[in-house]
Amino acid sequence: MSFRRILVANRGEIAARVIRTCRRLGIETVLTVSDADTRSLPARLADKTIRIGPAPAPASYLDVDAVVGAALAAGADAVHPGYGFLSENPLLARACAAAGVAFIGPSAETLVSTGDKLAAREHAVAAGLPVLPGAEVTGAEAGRLADQIGYPVLVKAAGGGGGRGLRVVRDPADLAHAAAVASAEAGAAFGDPRVYLERYVSPARHVEVQLLGDGEQVIHLGDRDCSVQRRYQKLVEEAPAPLLGDDLRDGLRAAAVALGERLRYRGAGTVEFLVDPRRGAFYFLEVNARIQVEHPVTEAITGLDLVAEQIAIAEGRRLRLRQEDVTFTGHAIECRVNAEDPAAGFLPSPGTVTRAVFPAGARVDTHVQAGSAVPPHYDSLLAKVVARGAGRGAALRRLAGALERCAIDGVVTNLGLHRALLADGEFAAGGVDTGYLERLLARESARAVRENGSRHYTGSGVGHG
Amino acid sequence: MELTNEDVADILAALDSLPYDELDLRTPRFRLTLRRAPGGGWTEESQVLADPVALAPAHPHRAPGAGEGRGAGAEAGTGAGEAGTGAAAEAAAGAGAEAAAGEGRAGSGRAGLAAVAAPLPGTFYRAPRPGAAPFVEVGDEVGEDTVVAIVETMKLMNSVHAGTRGRVAEICLGNGEFAAQGATLMLILPAGAGRPAGPPA
Repeated sequence: MSFRRILVANRGEIAARVIRTCRRLGIETVLTVSDADTRSLPARLADKTIRIGPAPAPASYLDVDAVVGAALAAGADAVHPGYGFLSENPLLARACAAAGVAFIGPSAETLVSTGDKLAAREHAVAAGLPVLPGAEVTGAEAGRLADQIGYPVLVKAAGGGGGRGLRVVRDPADLAHAAAVASAEAGAAFGDPRVYLERYVSPARHVEVQLLGDGEQVIHLGDRDCSVQRRYQKLVEEAPAPLLGDDLRDGLRAAAVALGERLRYRGAGTVEFLVDPRRGAFYFLEVNARIQVEHPVTEAITGLDLVAEQIAIAEGRRLRLRQEDVTFTGHAIECRVNAEDPAAGFLPSPGTVTRAVFPAGARVDTHVQAGSAVPPHYDSLLAKVVARGAGRGAALRRLAGALERCAIDGVVTNLGLHRALLADGEFAAGGVDTGYLERLLARESARAVRENGSRHYTGSGVGHG
Repeated sequence: MELTNEDVADILAALDSLPYDELDLRTPRFRLTLRRAPGGGWTEESQVLADPVALAPAHPHRAPGAGEGRGAGAEAGTGAGEAGTGAAAEAAAGAGAEAAAGEGRAGSGRAGLAAVAAPLPGTFYRAPRPGAAPFVEVGDEVGEDTVVAIVETMKLMNSVHAGTRGRVAEICLGNGEFAAQGATLMLILPAGAGRPAGPPA
């Protein structure tokens, strides 16, 4: 079937992004809005909006019944969940199926498997993917297991994700306490007290592979590097991953496809890997069973529209591309512009945008314009600025030029940090590890002290108000 | 309507050959301002002015098996532990009154009592995790650096310190309620203020 009307069950830039593709495809959009978002830019871009509850996400964007009720009231053929919120929740996938509405995403069974880190790890092992030495811990044998793995070890929550429920243990004396605390926290936060131990690799890079599947065929759309992170939150992403070497790159892509085939993956998804640059080895981390924030860099080098492919797959079509149809041209980099203050420990900065200037002609995925509210209830992402070039150097220069033409007033942003990063030699050299951003922040802080006697790094783009 | 990137690129191509530095286009539904940037290229300020078209809100749909659907996606399919996040969800849902709760009492610290203010607008939590014991209760002794609450802003948990040595005299917001920036979260009776601590509960 072809969808005539899609319920966009999300907010922020991804809502605007999904609406744009739907418009191009001639599909009507109805956007779910909480009370905080009734006059947002995505609400103005959608054909219609429908209220699903008060501002707090648990009472609106995380409420399965409200979302499915909105889909039925709107007469939607399908629900696009975006990322975050309910996008990987099998309860929404099942509730949509029960209500006769298509869920634009993987099957509920896949979501159950990928949502549980231990189950996902078992699938990865079965598909022949390398995983970090480690296993689930249950009390007493934690010490023996950690000794086998070797310190430092990482204690992970089975139900965690996106960096939540992780802690590094360097000293055997700290292990029992760390495992107990992690288990208690995981039980409270994720409803799942299971924790497991893994070898902690440092330095490490974070490289991921984009997949598309129709439930039978699975292809990859290349890799992305997301090593520029702070507390496991990605800040800059690029495609392809720089300085990887052909063997490693081919290995990562083949491994991701093998796992996708085992899962009989349907839709767009990402397999995340940890790359040990010293050993030239890679290890499976997790599967993100949704469209990702950083998908535009893949679109920039493949010329594809991933949301359009998601929709086509959810309409029940076979993949429209064979692996050999996918080609990669040039290099693309994306900066996440957030309402946060790097000079103040990345303190969030909710408020109202009074002016939003972006580079004309560049790809900017955003949900803010002059007058837009940045509510305290949701994440701080304001815009993604994406640049492509024939090579990485050209992409870097183009992105730096694009950021010079960005100005957001009314809330504090991290634009200054992005400018410093794009001017930094270590980033320009390529292939940075996940410890890079903290090193950059330390350098910038030291520079600020030298230049202004200021105690803090002052590279933030401070707006008015 | 919304101009696509391709539309803007076409306009820029036309503008580049003209001696103008700025284009300001305004219709009832959108506004577009293009300016030559000092370092080369153009900047764009666009604003969609069209009002959203709201459908009548729907009634929540109770699909079989979806009843316990509230809560984060993270507990996907485990079923066992919705209680933890569920409790937070319900608490937050109860905060429908929104800013009113916090703003009403902002700065209303009574004589002799020190107010603990919300550092940022956000959701007020009395405990470190759903189900855990609260940081403090009325009557508890606190130091300046004692963590007395968490305010969650933009998915970030910010610890709130007492700021004053003394005893907790009043907790002004309910767990999960929304606090406006600067709203009074708690009142502290400073040490040595010579008054019995805390009103009876």
